[in-house]
Amino acid sequence: MNFDFSDDQKQLRDQARKFLAEKCSPKAVRVVLDGKAPYDKELWKGLAEMGFLGVAIPEEFGGAGAGHLELCVIAEEMGRANAPVPFSSTVYLAAEALLIAGSDAQKKKWLPAIASGEAIGTLALFEGKGNPSPKNVKLTAANGVLNGVKKPVADGAIADFAVVAARTGSSGRDSDISLFLVDLKAGGVEVKSLTNLDPTRGQAEITFKDCKAEPLGAAGEGWSILTQVLDRAAVLCAFEQVGGSDRALEMGRDYALDRIAFGRQIGSFQAVKHMLADMYVSATLARSNSYYGAWALSTNAAELPEAAAAARISATQAFQHCAKNNIQVHGGMGFTWEFDCHMYYRRANAMALGLGSLSYWEDQLIDRMRKKNAA
Amino acid sequence: MNFDDTPQEAEFRATARAWINANAPKQYEEELRKSSLGRTVLKNADILEVAKAWQKKKADAGWACLHWPKEYGGRGSSPIERVIWQQEEGPFGQLSRMFIIGHGMCGPTMMAFAREEHKRTYLPPLASGEKVWCQLFSEPAGGSDVAGLRTRAEKDGDDWVINGQKIWTSGAHYSDYGILLTRTDPTVPKHKGLTMFFLDMKSPGVEVRPIKQASGASDFNEVYFTDVRIPDHQRLGEVGDGWNVSLTTLMNERSAIGAAVSTGFPELFEYCSSLMLDDGPAIEDRAVRSKLANWAVKASGLKYTSMRAISALSKGERPGPENSIGKLVAGSMIQDVATYALDLQGANGVVSGEDAELAGRFQAMLLRAPGTRVEGGTDEIMRNIIAERVLGLPGDIRVDKDVPFNKIPTKGRA
Ligand SMILES: Cc1cc2nc3c(=O)[nH]c(=O)nc-3n(C[C@H](O)[C@H](O)[C@H](O)COP(=O)(O)OP(=O)(O)OC[C@H]3O[C@@H](n4cnc5c(N)ncnc54)[C@H](O)[C@@H]3O)c2cc1C
Repeated sequence: MNFDFSDDQKQLRDQARKFLAEKCSPKAVRVVLDGKAPYDKELWKGLAEMGFLGVAIPEEFGGAGAGHLELCVIAEEMGRANAPVPFSSTVYLAAEALLIAGSDAQKKKWLPAIASGEAIGTLALFEGKGNPSPKNVKLTAANGVLNGVKKPVADGAIADFAVVAARTGSSGRDSDISLFLVDLKAGGVEVKSLTNLDPTRGQAEITFKDCKAEPLGAAGEGWSILTQVLDRAAVLCAFEQVGGSDRALEMGRDYALDRIAFGRQIGSFQAVKHMLADMYVSATLARSNSYYGAWALSTNAAELPEAAAAARISATQAFQHCAKNNIQVHGGMGFTWEFDCHMYYRRANAMALGLGSLSYWEDQLIDRMRKKNAA
Repeated sequence: MNFDDTPQEAEFRATARAWINANAPKQYEEELRKSSLGRTVLKNADILEVAKAWQKKKADAGWACLHWPKEYGGRGSSPIERVIWQQEEGPFGQLSRMFIIGHGMCGPTMMAFAREEHKRTYLPPLASGEKVWCQLFSEPAGGSDVAGLRTRAEKDGDDWVINGQKIWTSGAHYSDYGILLTRTDPTVPKHKGLTMFFLDMKSPGVEVRPIKQASGASDFNEVYFTDVRIPDHQRLGEVGDGWNVSLTTLMNERSAIGAAVSTGFPELFEYCSSLMLDDGPAIEDRAVRSKLANWAVKASGLKYTSMRAISALSKGERPGPENSIGKLVAGSMIQDVATYALDLQGANGVVSGEDAELAGRFQAMLLRAPGTRVEGGTDEIMRNIIAERVLGLPGDIRVDKDVPFNKIPTKGRA
């Protein structure tokens, strides 16, 4: 047993951290935050050049073929830097869906384009409020065309292609759902940007009108593929959330050491110390759960569904907890646009919803634990 | 990142499993499996006797205190082998709770500070459970502020003469030896005037009086010292350096307690899986699931945090203040879990003991839980440790830091 990343993986982490510190300063993030660009194109190109976009994509499809542990390491750094790029939608969702269910031709077409930074992908699953569930998929697919509306679609306004969940049956079972691959630049779609909690990562509404689509994976397998995609993305997002938690904690700690009130560093007040200690505790629990998720993901272990849900819940809670208390430690300053605290607060709360809400994952976790216990 | 056993680990596991299967006191397995914080009792046997017998059997076959060096009664095992052993020992491991203070705190302190001949004399019977040890630190005036203690040790020839009182000493009533923190110089600031010893609890002048706890049980005691003589060679560390010696003990205490503390979650999950509420099975209730999920990720987070610590240990890193989080998280969690389990029982939750649901398992947990948040350092002290030693925040303002001990006020209100 060895419950830690290897030295090589830690080296990769240092490399990614250094790269992002240089190319993804808070100032750079603010260009996107302030609406001056839909995402950081330069950074995206740089990430591709570093090989980070294709780190878990096999070499035969243009990636580095390293693996999911390496991707977890990079994800953590993306979260720490609050990177304003469509990383999660492209790399965790679209690429993973292709890896799990894509035909050879589909993989050859899209995976190298993802690795090289030429293509941005996303998953179009949600249709208004509600959690991931076959019954919440109303968009239909018939005769190779899609009709319906997806919203919110992460990075939908800048994506080149989307994996779309569509209804192909009416039996009331999971097998009613199939997945499709849509080239969003080929017409048949109408895309509208939506204002959202976290402007550093866009959300869109996409209307499909007799839009041509090719199946991704076998008909009727859509829900089972989606579940796998969401589980993998849950682990990868958890690492982003862990990175964000750590950074929020660090910001709070640094401010507590600098700011003087009543003639003392505010970090010497026990109420502030204990708040920061609790942030450390939740970030640590999230990190440990995420490591377990990383192990399950990288070995495709039978424990993955349970581990993914636990990592998801724990990391979501930790990021929200650290981000909100970071603002509290900063006092009035924390509530200003100038200070970076709100960027993490926004990201934490947006990420808490992106793969289905916390209560959805709580439900999943208990179901999965029950199944395991029954087995 | 790897959870699978290496071939050597797998072999170790198989050997351990076979030995446990052939030797464990199986007649108590069912009861031990059902025990949880607040309730490690056996119906028709004296738990101390059963624990001692199991420990001795383990020691004779080389399975006691696995990570200790062989010459002191251990096996010289790696941290991971120790974990494998604990996994295989399963419910029988509950029995070693009787020795947690000796094995977790006194032993490591002896190893770090006692003379070689004492280590060879005292450690093997401690490892084998033949001799039980206790930790005599806390006093009425020195709990969180251990360095505020008043028990005096005065040099008299080759001996030290001890006078004073300890309190909350777990297991003192059945202990053979203890490690004792005393004040040897009241004229210097409090941390500088302390000295550590070990002593025979049967020495003349030692008097142990059990205290009845809030839970109704009596696991801890007051201990009075009247002209108790301790030979100088039983001193641990230098005269005046007792604070540093005690930090070794406390650091080990946190990892020993932190690693062993239960969260109550497995018990609650099992309970909710079978419990029927008015509207159907508890496990299918939205509110119940949400609570369970929240505790599930805390419990698993703690489990994997300790695995990360073990991985670090096996690479030669020292256990750090991070280990404080185990007790901090588990302490309030078990309290909340027990409260919730009783809430699910409705009015009948008020009944405790044998007539209660599940023979009062959660009621016992509820009544023992407050102690967990206090023993081995309170929640507040744990948070201070994390804030100061992990995050590097300033220490609390200590008005008595440079004041000679005998000039520090002793009452809050005149
Ligand atoms: C079940 C049990 C078993 C024990 N076993 C042993 C044993 O075997 N040997 C032994 O030596 N001791 C033992 N103890 C004693 C234990 O270590 C002390 O009770 C503990 O350290 C707290 O000290 P205290 O009880 O004097 O509380 P106090 O120190 O008086 O604390 C009272 C309150 O003040 C708070 N407080 C104190 N200082 C601070 C601070 N700096 N910042 C913020 N809050 C503060 C505390 O958190 C607490 O809430 C045991 C205790 C229990 C409950």
